[in-house]
Amino acid sequence: MADMEKFRSETRAWLAANCPPEMRKPVANENDVFWGGRNTTFASEPQRLWFERMRDKGWTVPEWPKEYGGGGLDAEETKILRQEMAAISARLPLSSFGIWMLGPALLKYGTEAQKREHLPKIAAGLIRWCQGYSEPNAGSDLASLQTRADIDGDDYIINGQKIWTSMANFADWIFCLVRTDFSAKKHDGISFILFDMASKGVSTKPILLISGKSPFCETFFDNVRVPRSHVVGTVNRGWDVAKYLLQHERSMISGLGDRSGSRPLGQVAANSVGVDEHGQLDDPMLRGQIATFDVDEAAMACASERAVDLAKAGQGHPAYSSALKYYGTELNKRRHELLMSAGGVDALEWESERSREGLAARSWLRTKANSIEGGTSEVMLGIVAKRILDLPGA
Amino acid sequence: MALVLNEEQSMLRDSARGLISDKAPVAHLRKLRDTNDTNGFSRDLWKTFAEMGFAGLLVPEDFGGSGLGAVEAGVVMEEIGRTLMPSPFLSTGVVAATALTRGGNAAQKSEYLTRLAKGDLIASLAVDEGAKHRPLKTAMQAVRAGNGFKLKGAKAFVVDGHAADLLIVAARTAGQPRERDGLTLFLVDPKAKGIEIERTAMVDAHNAARIAFNDVDVTADGVLGEVDQGAVLLEGILNVGRAAVASEMVGVSEESFTRTVTYLKERKQFGKLIGEFQALQHRAAHLYTEIEITKAAVMKALQALDSDFDKAGAAVAVAKAKAGSTATLAVQEAVQMHGGVGMTDAFDIGFFMKRARVCQELFGDAAYHAEQLARLKGY
Repeated sequence: MADMEKFRSETRAWLAANCPPEMRKPVANENDVFWGGRNTTFASEPQRLWFERMRDKGWTVPEWPKEYGGGGLDAEETKILRQEMAAISARLPLSSFGIWMLGPALLKYGTEAQKREHLPKIAAGLIRWCQGYSEPNAGSDLASLQTRADIDGDDYIINGQKIWTSMANFADWIFCLVRTDFSAKKHDGISFILFDMASKGVSTKPILLISGKSPFCETFFDNVRVPRSHVVGTVNRGWDVAKYLLQHERSMISGLGDRSGSRPLGQVAANSVGVDEHGQLDDPMLRGQIATFDVDEAAMACASERAVDLAKAGQGHPAYSSALKYYGTELNKRRHELLMSAGGVDALEWESERSREGLAARSWLRTKANSIEGGTSEVMLGIVAKRILDLPGA
Repeated sequence: MALVLNEEQSMLRDSARGLISDKAPVAHLRKLRDTNDTNGFSRDLWKTFAEMGFAGLLVPEDFGGSGLGAVEAGVVMEEIGRTLMPSPFLSTGVVAATALTRGGNAAQKSEYLTRLAKGDLIASLAVDEGAKHRPLKTAMQAVRAGNGFKLKGAKAFVVDGHAADLLIVAARTAGQPRERDGLTLFLVDPKAKGIEIERTAMVDAHNAARIAFNDVDVTADGVLGEVDQGAVLLEGILNVGRAAVASEMVGVSEESFTRTVTYLKERKQFGKLIGEFQALQHRAAHLYTEIEITKAAVMKALQALDSDFDKAGAAVAVAKAKAGSTATLAVQEAVQMHGGVGMTDAFDIGFFMKRARVCQELFGDAAYHAEQLARLKGY
C-alpha cells in the first residue's frame, strides 16, 4: 500500500511537470484529439509535447508490457494513473482503435511475431487502425457476414464490402472479419485478419451522417492479396477473437459516460439560461432533470470503476461490458438532449461562429449512434438476459 | 480502494447472511405483523445479533464493540434488506452508534456505548417533523432553563421510537427553520416527564413513533456535541444512516429481482415460459443494469465515509438517490412481472414493495438527494 502511495505522489508530480496547461482543458473540437498514423500532423506544439512525453513513458498504453511499448503498470497503478490524469483534466495523449480494441485482442490471441510487429507501432501512434466488422447485411447479426477470403498459395484473396468502418479514410491498417469457410455453420467459418489499407484493391467512401459529418465509411475489397500469416488466432475461429475485441469496444463506448474532461452540465446550463436570486438555475424543471442525470452519471462512473475491480478480483462476467455499454450510451444520449435543452435556440444554429459551427447540435446528433454502434442497446439487453440472467429461449 | 469487498468483509457478509436467512426469513416479519407483536421486532433475535458482534459493529473497541466502518455496516444492512428483517440495527447499531461515537463526550460514551454494543440499549434518532425529511427545517424548540433546557415540539417517523431506551433529538437552541446555525442534539430519556410516544405501525410492518415533547427537562449533560453547532454533527450521522439505508435498498432490489427472474423461468403463458418473451427479457436486463450501477454507487459512498468522512456528502447523495430510484423500479417490476399473484398478501413480493417505499422516504428520497447534489455542484 505504501508503494502505491509513493507511485501516486510520483505520478502526480510527473503529470504536474509534464502535462502542458493547454492539454488540461476539455476537448473543444476534432483537432484536439490526436489519433496518430502515417500521415499524422499535430494540431499544436503542446499536443505534440504531451504525446511524446507520454509515449516515452509507455503511458499511451500504461498497462501493456514494456517490450511492446507499454508502461508495464499493474491494474492498480493504471487506475492511479487514470485517476491522477482525471484530477487535472488531462486529455488522452493518443486516441486509437489500436489501443482500445486491437491491442487487447493481439495480446491475447496474437503470435509473438504479430505482437512485436504491431503493438509497439500502436503504442507509438505510428499506425492508425480501423475495424472491418459490419457489412450491409451483417450489422446486429454480425455473424452473417459475407466478405470472402480464398486461399491462393501463401496468400488470401479478399473480396467484399464493409460498412460503418470508422474513419477508414484516415486509417493505415484494418483488422477485419472475413469468411474463410462457407460450408461451416455461420460462426465457425470466420477468420480475423490484418492488412494494410494501402494494399491494391482497397477503396473507401465516406458516409454522410445526420450530423453533417462523415466519421464512417463504406470500404470495398476487390481481389486484395493478404499473406496467410496475417490471420490472428486460429483460422475459422475468428469469432472468438471478434467477441473478445467487442468486449473491449463496449467498455470503451460505455466510457463515453465518463465526463471528467468536459464542462459540467449544470455550469453549461447556468451560462445559457441564467440563475435566480438564490444562485440556482433559472429553470427549475431543467435543473431537476440535470440533477437526476448527474446522479445517474456519477453512479455510472462508479460502475465503470467497479467493473475493472471486479475483473481484477476474478469476479467479473464477460458479458458485464454489455450492461455498461447499454447504460453508458443511453446516458450519453440523455446528456446531449439536456445540452440541447440548456442551449435552447442558440444550440440549433447549424453554421455560425457563435455556435462554433453547430458543435452542440452535431454532437447531439452523433450520440444517437452510440446505442447502435458496437451492438445496439437491444442486442446488449439480449446478451445480458441470456448470458448473465440465463433467461430461456436463446 | 477497490470497489469490491475484501476477504474479511466477505466473511462478515456470509456470517450475517447465514444468521439472517436462517432466523429471519420474510416469514419472520409476516408473523410479527400478523400477531401484532408489541415491539414489531424480536428482542431475542436482537440479543443474538449483539452476541455475534453486529450491534456493536460501529462501536469502538474500548467500549466493547468491533470498531468497524460504514462498509461493514452496509454489508449487514444489505443482508437485512434481502429478508426484510425488522431490527433496531439501523436505529441503534448504525445511527445512534455513530451519533454517540462521533458526538459523545467521555461520560456519554461510557454510559451508553457499552450497553449498546451488548444489545442492552435501543436508541433512536428523532429528527423529522413534517411529512418529508428536511433536517434544517427543524422547528422544535430547546429553550434554556436554569442550567439546562426545556424541549417543546413534536417529532414524527422516529424509527423504533416506541421501543427506545434513549432518544437522540434535534432541536433549535437558536435561529429559524431553514437556518443551519442554532441546531443542537440532545440525549433524552424517553421516560422523562412530558414525553408522549405514539407507536405508528407503518405500511411495511416495521415500526416508528410520533413523539410529543411537552416542556421536557434536559440537563446540560444531555447535550450531544456543541450547543447551536449541531448541524454538522447531525449531517454526518444522517449520512451514515443514508448510506446504510441505501445498502438496505440494494438488498431489497436484488432480492426482488432474483425472485422475479426465477419466476420468469418457471411461469408459463401462451404455451411458453414468460422469460422467453423479449419484452420481459429486456426489462429484466435493464433492471439488472440499474442494480449493478447502484451497487457501485453505494459501495463508493460507504468507502467515502470510511476514508474521508467530512467530504462524503456528494457520494452519499448519489448513493441514496440512485438506490431510491432503483429500489422503486425493482419492486414495481417485481409485482408487475409476477402478475396477479404479486398483488396478493399471501405472496411475499408485496412486502418488498412496502419496505422499498419506506426506505425511499427514510432520511430523504431520491428527489431530495438529487437536489442536494445540485446544491453541492453549485447550480
